[in-house]
Amino acid sequence: MSFVRRNWLWLLAAVILLAVPFLFYDWTKGRHSGFALTLLSEIGVMAIFALSFNMLMGQAGLLSFGHAVLFGLGSYCTAHAINAVKAGTFWMPIELVPLVGGLGGLVFGYLLGWLATKQRATAFAMITMGLGELVSAAALMFMAFFGGEGGISIDRVMGTSLFGISYATPWQVYCLVLIWAFIAASLMKLQTETPLGRIANATRDNFERAQFVGYDPRIVRLMQFTLSGFFAGIAGGLYVMIYEIVTFDTLGAAKSANALLAAYIGGAGGFFGPILGTIVVVLLQSGVSLISSAWLLYVGVLFIVMVMFAPVGLIGLIGMHTPIRRIGRLGELVVPYLRAFPAALSVMLGFVLMVELASNITIGAAQGKKFAIAGMLINTGSPVIWGIGLLGLIGGGFWLRIEARRFRRRWDALIEDAKRQGVVV
Amino acid sequence: MEVFIVSLLNGLVYGMLLFMLASGLTLILSMMGVLNFAHASAYMLGAYFAYTISLYVGFWPALIIAPILCGFVGAAIEMWGLRRVHRNGHIAELLFTFGLALIIEKGVQMGWGLLPVPYRVPALLDFPLFSIYGTNFPAYRAFMLLISGMMFGAIWLGLTRTRIGLVIQAALTHPEMVGALGHNVPRIFTLVFAAGTALAGLAGVIGGNYQVTEPAMAFTMGPIVFVVVVFGGLGSLTGCFIASILMGLIQTFAVVFDVSLADLLAKIGFIVTAKTPLAEVLTVTLPRIGALLPFLMMVLILVFRPRGLMGTRDT
Repeated sequence: MSFVRRNWLWLLAAVILLAVPFLFYDWTKGRHSGFALTLLSEIGVMAIFALSFNMLMGQAGLLSFGHAVLFGLGSYCTAHAINAVKAGTFWMPIELVPLVGGLGGLVFGYLLGWLATKQRATAFAMITMGLGELVSAAALMFMAFFGGEGGISIDRVMGTSLFGISYATPWQVYCLVLIWAFIAASLMKLQTETPLGRIANATRDNFERAQFVGYDPRIVRLMQFTLSGFFAGIAGGLYVMIYEIVTFDTLGAAKSANALLAAYIGGAGGFFGPILGTIVVVLLQSGVSLISSAWLLYVGVLFIVMVMFAPVGLIGLIGMHTPIRRIGRLGELVVPYLRAFPAALSVMLGFVLMVELASNITIGAAQGKKFAIAGMLINTGSPVIWGIGLLGLIGGGFWLRIEARRFRRRWDALIEDAKRQGVVV
Repeated sequence: MEVFIVSLLNGLVYGMLLFMLASGLTLILSMMGVLNFAHASAYMLGAYFAYTISLYVGFWPALIIAPILCGFVGAAIEMWGLRRVHRNGHIAELLFTFGLALIIEKGVQMGWGLLPVPYRVPALLDFPLFSIYGTNFPAYRAFMLLISGMMFGAIWLGLTRTRIGLVIQAALTHPEMVGALGHNVPRIFTLVFAAGTALAGLAGVIGGNYQVTEPAMAFTMGPIVFVVVVFGGLGSLTGCFIASILMGLIQTFAVVFDVSLADLLAKIGFIVTAKTPLAEVLTVTLPRIGALLPFLMMVLILVFRPRGLMGTRDT
């Protein structure tokens, strides 16, 4: 029972994640929605990837711009392993195949990390960027391992399952991704509590002191980098299982940027931040990109807003409410939140409207698309609609400012009260 | 010989273009510690501004107006964005410019479309200046050399011979002391940031029609400029200049020489066939890895000499 009590959050997450696909279940045909399952699997994979990225950024203070290299190399290793098993070179249960990716990530993590971890801070970021560019360019040169532009295709139905599962349907793959995601996430969580994880924190906060204590920061960085490569490789291995193909863009800068965006938007300070961030980023990426070509702009704006106003990330924002909850006055924030909500919505809608109008005039029109809201065709050149957008953005901005001030006063009063009652802020 | 001279000239042109971008970035990085990812975006903005302005009033006014516009954009970014983020540390600043680069790229796509815009060399300069061994050397390239050379001179004189230049030089290494002596250091930061962005804009104006003006131009140029800055070393314009020219020459010459390691091995009597181990690595030709060489050099110099060619401190 104590296991349940200690890990209720994980168990709850597992139950929810197993239940979510059934929201999209097509009961008339009796099958799952492929889109929803792929999206959820993608979230699972990217969550592992973002967590492994945060092992560097959040825990060790190392900003990597080439983390996708380890993800991608893990994918390629897995793809080759699957093809080798299919060809009968050796036998391996399909459930353990992502481990090949993990080992690939581990080995390459050590090799590349040996170079990158010689430096820290900005120089480390630049080295990882250089390595990222080198490896992704090399992927187009060496056909034998990377398969050129076409990449490497696989067939995940290997028939070597330990449990007799074929993995032909997205549902089975989703379950596999889920299990691996939980294994990887809990291992990474445990890693934060090991001496290595603690010393990584120490080298992040003050590497000179860590050195004085007797640890070599370089070795700490290298070990952290290598382990992070292992988990990134597992994510890469699962990625191959979902899409049955791996191409050179899994190694690219865009993929690395995704992990960075997810970790930062979610919050690099807390362990669960990157998971939250991944959900936001993947939903924006896969959901919004269906209806708007400007999804990257929204992610970018969200990112900038977070960097400017909430560097602690979403998880940090939630965490800021803890002292107020402790003194039992969380309810007093409901009204200020509700008051600020329409103002924020107005700013957001105004901004989205203007962005969509602009992108429809230049990009959409070139593709012959029409601009419609709720079935109503809208003339993108009309000043009225632009006026509405501008009003929503600027008027809403002033409104939000007023509400934010009011909110701030309430908030400060509550925090003050919490301090007086002895709750640590 | 003919290949050599033509490549030398082209490499110089490209190197000087790189220097226009990198000089501003070096100043910003050494002074404020901000690795400005949006710097190449200013280059792109310069090209697009110049294209739009030249549609209405022609190329020559655009040569002046577009960099000034970029300078204002830079000043706005510094005053309303970076200064605010500064409290959250260097990583936050870096990420801020990174997000900005994403937004500017999407913004340009939305403003001017996904396809390259027809930003052309002005008719006045659209003629071959001279020809060597049958290869024409366009007058526009000479013009680029002239502009970037003048700019190099202006920066050098400005930094070493003027009062504000001396203050900037002092603020590079001792910002607190400069502030204590009564100079407005935040304003100097804004000024340097704006000037650096304007220079990048100018590079965009003269580089946009030399290369292609498209939404991806910032992301192709950005990493190379970082390489130049890191290679040259922090706080050193001379190092930056040498690195730019070197990088320009390397990239140009790499395209010309169609050799691979296998060819070299063949010279000493070792024939590489498809069965040789690592045959794929050995047979890759130099033009194919030309684009990679700068990154290889950056990684190596950061690992073994993190202060760069002539830097005064580690990156």
